[in-house]
Amino acid sequence: MSDQSSFKKGLEGLDQGPRPSEQGPEAVPPQAGGLPPHPTVDALRERFGDAVLRHEVVAGDEHIVYVPAGRNLEILGWLRDAEGHRYDFLQDLTAVDYGGGRQIQVVYQLWSVSNKLNLRVKCELPLSGLEIDSVYFLWRASDWLEREVFDMFGVVFRGHPDLRRILMPYNYAEGHPLRKDFPLRGRFTRAEQTRRALAQKTEDHYSPMELEIAHVLGQPVPDPFPAGEAGGGQHGQFGGMGGGG
Amino acid sequence: MALRRLIYNVTRSPEMAPGGALVHAPIVPVEGEAYEVHEDVHGEHMLINIGPQHPATHGVLRLVLELDGETVIRCIPHIGYLHSSFEKLGEYRDWNQVVPLTDRMDYLAPLIYNCAYAMAVEKLMGIEVTERCKVVRVICMELDRIFSHLLWLGTTAIDLGAFTVFLYTFQQREKIYDLHERFTGARITTSSTRIGGMMADLPAGWITQLEEFLDHFVPVVEEVETLLTNNAIWVGRTQGVGEISGEDAINWGLSGPNLRASGVTYDVRKDRPYYDYQTYDFDVPVGEHGDIYDRYLCRMEEMRQSVRILRQAIDRLPGGPINVDDPRVILPPKTAAMNDMESMIHHFKVVMEGVRAPVGESWFSVESSKGELGMYVVSDGGSKPVRWRVRGPSFINIAALPHMIEGALLSDVIAVNASLDIVLGEIDR
Repeated sequence: MSDQSSFKKGLEGLDQGPRPSEQGPEAVPPQAGGLPPHPTVDALRERFGDAVLRHEVVAGDEHIVYVPAGRNLEILGWLRDAEGHRYDFLQDLTAVDYGGGRQIQVVYQLWSVSNKLNLRVKCELPLSGLEIDSVYFLWRASDWLEREVFDMFGVVFRGHPDLRRILMPYNYAEGHPLRKDFPLRGRFTRAEQTRRALAQKTEDHYSPMELEIAHVLGQPVPDPFPAGEAGGGQHGQFGGMGGGG
Repeated sequence: MALRRLIYNVTRSPEMAPGGALVHAPIVPVEGEAYEVHEDVHGEHMLINIGPQHPATHGVLRLVLELDGETVIRCIPHIGYLHSSFEKLGEYRDWNQVVPLTDRMDYLAPLIYNCAYAMAVEKLMGIEVTERCKVVRVICMELDRIFSHLLWLGTTAIDLGAFTVFLYTFQQREKIYDLHERFTGARITTSSTRIGGMMADLPAGWITQLEEFLDHFVPVVEEVETLLTNNAIWVGRTQGVGEISGEDAINWGLSGPNLRASGVTYDVRKDRPYYDYQTYDFDVPVGEHGDIYDRYLCRMEEMRQSVRILRQAIDRLPGGPINVDDPRVILPPKTAAMNDMESMIHHFKVVMEGVRAPVGESWFSVESSKGELGMYVVSDGGSKPVRWRVRGPSFINIAALPHMIEGALLSDVIAVNASLDIVLGEIDR
């Protein structure tokens, strides 16, 4: 019998859904005294004052600091160089879209190799103004990570020297796939997607810089998908696969 | 815990055996040589395209190179040819259904990806897995570290013209495939973890088979060492090629053996231990020069250290259940589900509604064979992730490729690219 009651408790848990965590996104920011201290967060408060918008602790021991998007470069630059903190390793740079028109969060996950400290810094951007300063010159690791966030979420990183799509084709016209309003199968019909794939030209596979180099050298751009190898008379990646949409 | 630093006694000048045989080859100064040898074509720049379908790019990586003779002036990588939108697909699947997506990212070390994902979600949900599960996962992860390093070794050697090594390493990989198959039912797409435990406990006799593998494996590492470590061609093609300093490596975000070869002692297993790694006795090899040769030495030593960890894990493998006793996430035993109405309802609800995670997020990383593998999971309290993000080590390692090869020779592009140990499934996701 006792077996069954413990069993039901588990089921109740399922029916009620999960308990919201204390520091969930909608939760009231907890008092500073109530959180386990983090040396860098204290130093940030001291140095930048109210630029520390919020401080959260999630999953037990992960500290998150929210900073204004306009001051990200200044604060992250300080975090990288400040004595005693030195977050010299950019573990990850990504974004989160919660959907429903909420702000998109740009997430910097930092690690200090010398001090063995973790810190997550977040900046919130409204959907109407998806622009933030690039940290390319602080951590070169952010080069491709920022390109990926731009590709997937449409966040523009000001000052990034080579901001172009990275995973999707350069002439991809359907939008930014990881946004919540993006349907899983894409925005275009299947026929339109096939038509565009078959209509790709050699130049479409190159970045503007490469086309510029080829132009300066007076050389045609090399075809990454030679028609002869793919078989059939069609051009491009899908040559020989048949099916014209 | 401080890292113990192993410094390899690598001679960087020609050293002859008493009989006159070359023991170590000298390093050829890369840049100067290239200009002298190819003086006739100096000044004629050329744009060439390598890949995406090229065996030496280890997948569908495409490189566009601007060459001056044989010297690389500029290298521009293009990725995305294998893009499968895993992160988007994950948002349409419940927490357990994401597991099969993880091992399709890095099919060279699938169990590490399975485990890392499960660990991130468990951290988010506040689940502490059982002691047996922890040790089984350590065994899985260390076994796949060997699995991945063996493929790296074989294919890199083949890229540099040493075919024999490939046969040695793939023979050993077959044995790990057999272990995978016996444990998970699949050779590559293992999908073996579940939130709160594993798909199944280890089958009877599996540990014995693993021990047999380890006994046969260690001599093979030694044998491969004799084929490569002092091989004049190997040394000449790898020493001083693709160098990156420790400071640069940190700034470019390199991790794993690629970072440690540059002399940086950063290993997630030591610096942020998970699953009691601090109680295992193992060393983290660290190189000095940050070139291909040091990456090779680091990986060779890591395989030996993984064997050490595996032997300790086998010794301490405790009994008891492999899954947590938590009806929120774990299915009831099949016999109970078939005979007992309560259990059947429970089974139905867990399967149909999925496991639910509380509102919140977690960024959790493990030391994968290729570097630091981070899993970032964000939940809004539902049974599906709001965001599932993978910090793929290959993705960030390969971004530093242009930095390492600009100014080197065309043939070094293949060597450096191979030395980074990339897997395109995870780069393109």
